Amino acid sequence: MREAPTDSPVSSGGPECIVRFDKVDKSYDGRLLVVQGLDLDILRGEFLTLLGPSGSGKTTTLMMLAGFEAPTRGSILLEGADITRTPPHRRGLGMVFQNYALFPHMTVAENLAFPLEVRRVGRAETEAAVARALDMVRLTGYGERRPIQLSGGQQQRVALARALVFEPKLVLMDEPLGALDKQLREHMQYEIKHIHERLGVTVVYVTHDQGEALTMSDRVAVFNDGRIQQIDAPRTIYEHPDTAFVAQFIGENNRIEGKVAMISEGLAEVVLADGARVVAEAGPGLETGADALVSLRPERIAVGEAAGSARNRHEGTISEVIYHGDHLRLRIAALGRDDFVVKAPVVGAEHLRPGATVPLGWRPNDGRALPLDG
Amino acid sequence: MADLTTLPDGDLARDLKRAERRRRLTAMMLVAPLFLFLLVSFVLPIGDMLRRSVIDTEVAEVWPNAAAAAAAWDRKSEPGEALFAALGRDIRTSAGERTIATPARRLNYALDNGRSLVLGTGRALKQLEGEPASWRATLLAENPAWGERMTWIALADAAGPLTDFYLLTATDLMRDANDDIVSRPPERSLYLQVLGRTFLVSFTVTVLCVLLGFPVAYLVSNAPERVANLLLILVLLPFWTSLLVRSAAWIVLLQDQGIVNDILQALHVTSEPIRLIFNRTGVVVAMTHVLLPFVIMPMIATMKSIPPTYLRAAISLGAHPAVAFVRVYLPQTVPGVAAGALLVFIMALGYYVTPALVGGADDQMLAYFIAFFTTSSANWGLAAALGVILLSATMLLYVVYARIVGMGRVKLG
Repeated sequence: MREAPTDSPVSSGGPECIVRFDKVDKSYDGRLLVVQGLDLDILRGEFLTLLGPSGSGKTTTLMMLAGFEAPTRGSILLEGADITRTPPHRRGLGMVFQNYALFPHMTVAENLAFPLEVRRVGRAETEAAVARALDMVRLTGYGERRPIQLSGGQQQRVALARALVFEPKLVLMDEPLGALDKQLREHMQYEIKHIHERLGVTVVYVTHDQGEALTMSDRVAVFNDGRIQQIDAPRTIYEHPDTAFVAQFIGENNRIEGKVAMISEGLAEVVLADGARVVAEAGPGLETGADALVSLRPERIAVGEAAGSARNRHEGTISEVIYHGDHLRLRIAALGRDDFVVKAPVVGAEHLRPGATVPLGWRPNDGRALPLDG
Repeated sequence: MADLTTLPDGDLARDLKRAERRRRLTAMMLVAPLFLFLLVSFVLPIGDMLRRSVIDTEVAEVWPNAAAAAAAWDRKSEPGEALFAALGRDIRTSAGERTIATPARRLNYALDNGRSLVLGTGRALKQLEGEPASWRATLLAENPAWGERMTWIALADAAGPLTDFYLLTATDLMRDANDDIVSRPPERSLYLQVLGRTFLVSFTVTVLCVLLGFPVAYLVSNAPERVANLLLILVLLPFWTSLLVRSAAWIVLLQDQGIVNDILQALHVTSEPIRLIFNRTGVVVAMTHVLLPFVIMPMIATMKSIPPTYLRAAISLGAHPAVAFVRVYLPQTVPGVAAGALLVFIMALGYYVTPALVGGADDQMLAYFIAFFTTSSANWGLAAALGVILLSATMLLYVVYARIVGMGRVKLG
C-alpha cells in the first residue's frame, strides 16, 4: 500500500478529504481502460457530481467506490483507510439506484428498517429512525404501503430515505432521477439538494444530465474517455471550461476555430480563416501559433443596438428566428459559419427578422479560447 | 369531439356497441376452436366421469323387477317373499337370456362370492319349472347366502339409479349389514393408502424438483445470453424424447448391473448392487427427471424479472450477500417457485407411465388403478370414483395452497 500523497491542497489545511482515488485504473476486458489514472479527492460534506456521456467511466467510478467493481490498479481510501478490497456490505455507504430498487415484497417501513435490521439495531431505535426518515422525505403515514402503491417521485424519496436512514458517511446516487419526468425531476433536484444541505452528508452523484449537475452540485467532475476532464464548481465549469470537450458537453456553445495570434494578460487573440480576429479568455495549455477553439455561450452575445462598442464586434445575417417564450433563438450566418446561435431577449426584438443584417458583440471574458482537440 | 358530445346518450352507447361488435366477434372466433375442443375433450369427459361415479344402472337393466323391489325395500326389515319372488324370477329370466353375467360381476364388487352366488343360483333356477311355493325357501336352499342381510344390502345398493357404493369403495368405506357406513377391513382396504402414496410421491418429487431446479434457474437467468440459451436447450432436452424412452433409459441406468451400480461398486461405496429400480427410489428419480423442466421454466421467467440492482441495493445497505439473497432475492422468486411447484405436483399426481415402468407393486399410484379399472376390469364406476377422489383431493390442496401462497402471486410465464 502506498502512502497518501501530501502534495494535494485538499489534505493540507482545506476541508477534510473523505475519499481518495489513488491512480485507479479499471479495465473489464484487459485491453480497454474504462477508467484510467483516476486521482480524485472527495471532500467531507460536499455534493460532488460525476458528469459525462455514457461510457465515460463515471458509473464505473461510482461502482468501484460502492465496492461492486474492483479497481484493476490503484487504491481507494475511505477516511484514510484502504477499502480497495473491502466487500460492499462492509463499506457503510448509502446508495440510491436509478430504478429505486425498493424491495417490492416489503412495506415502505420495512424497506427503511432493512439497513438497520442487518446492523442489529434495537427495535425501538429502528422505529424511531424509520419515523424520522419518513418525516425527512415528507412521507409520514406512508410506512405501511407497498412501494408499488407509491408514485415514482414518492418511491424515489423512499429510496433516498433508505440510503440515509443508517446515517452513512457517504451517499452514492446512480442517476437517481433518470426515470422521472422532467417536472418531477426538477422538483426532486431541489429536494435532494435541501436534504443534503440539512444533513451535511457527503453525496457522490452520477448523472449524464448537465442541468442536474449544475443546479445540485458543489463540484462537478466532468468525465470523458475514462478521465476527469475538469473538476470545479458548476459556475467555473460552465463559464471557464478547461477543455473543448467540457465547453461542448456543458451547455450550448458556438465553436469558432482559428489560430492563436498572441496571448497577453490572460487574453488570447485568435485569427480566423477569413482574417477576422476574436479576443477571448485564454484557457490552460493554449500556445501562440497553435490551433484554437473559441467557445462562446449563445446567451452572452448581444445583438443589434446592445452590441454597442464591445471589443468583439462582428456582423451577421439572421437566417432563422425561433420563439421560445422566454427568449428568442436566432440562427445567424457570421464569422464564416452559418450555424451561429444567439439567445436574445424577447423584448425589443422587433427588428430581428430573417434576412436582417445585425451587429453582434461580446466582451473578451465571455469567450474562452481552448486548445483544439482532435 | 364537439359533435359527439351533442349526441343523445343512447346514440353514443349504440354507436359504441356497433363499433365494438366486430372486435368482439373476431375475438370470439379466435377463441372458439379451442373452446369447442376443450368442451369436447375436457369438460364433457370430466362431467361424464363425475356422473359415472354415482350412477349404477347395470343391475336394474337386467333385473328390473328385483331392482325396483330392492330399491323400495326399507333396508331394515327382513326381506319379504315378494322381494325373493321378484329376484328369483329375474334371475331365472336373465339366466335364460344369458345376461346374468352383468349383475353377477356387479354384485361381486360388493360381495366376496357375489359372482358364484349369482351364477350358481342362475344355473339352478334355469332348471326350475313353474312357480315354486316359496321363492324364499328355493333361494335359501340353493345358497344360504340369500338369507344374509349383507347380500340384500349389496343388492339394494346396486339397484340404482344412484349409488354411493363406488365413492365409498374409493375411500375404503362400505355399508355393513345394518346399512351403516363403516371402514373396510384392512385386508380389503387399498385406495386411501394408494392416495396417500400418490401424494407422498408427488410431494417428494416436487420438493426434489424445486431443490434441483432452483440453482439451475438462477444460473440460466443470470448468465450472459449465449450461455443462457445453451443452458436452456439443455434444460429442455428431455422434452425432445418420449416419456417412455426416458423412463426406459432409467431402467438401463439404475438396474443392478447398470452404470450407477457399477460406479458405486467401482468406488467401493457398496460391495453389492443396491436396488435402485422397480422400487420407490426409481419412481422418484425418474419422475423428478421428467418433471424438472416444468419447475425450471416458471422460475427462470420470475428470476429474469428481478433486476440485479435489488441484490446490490440490499448489499449496499449493509446486508451480507447471503442475507441479501435470503431476505431480498428469495422472497421475490416465490411466484415462480410456487407456480413451478404447483405445476409439477399436479402433473405428478396423475402420473401413470413412469411408475408403471420403473416402480414396484407397492409404488403404483392412483392413476394406475384408474387405468386398471377402466381398461382391464371394466369397472368404470370405481375408476370414475377414484378419479373423483383424486380430483377433489387435488382441488382441496389447491385451495389450501392458494390460501398460503396467494394465487395472485403465482406466475407461470
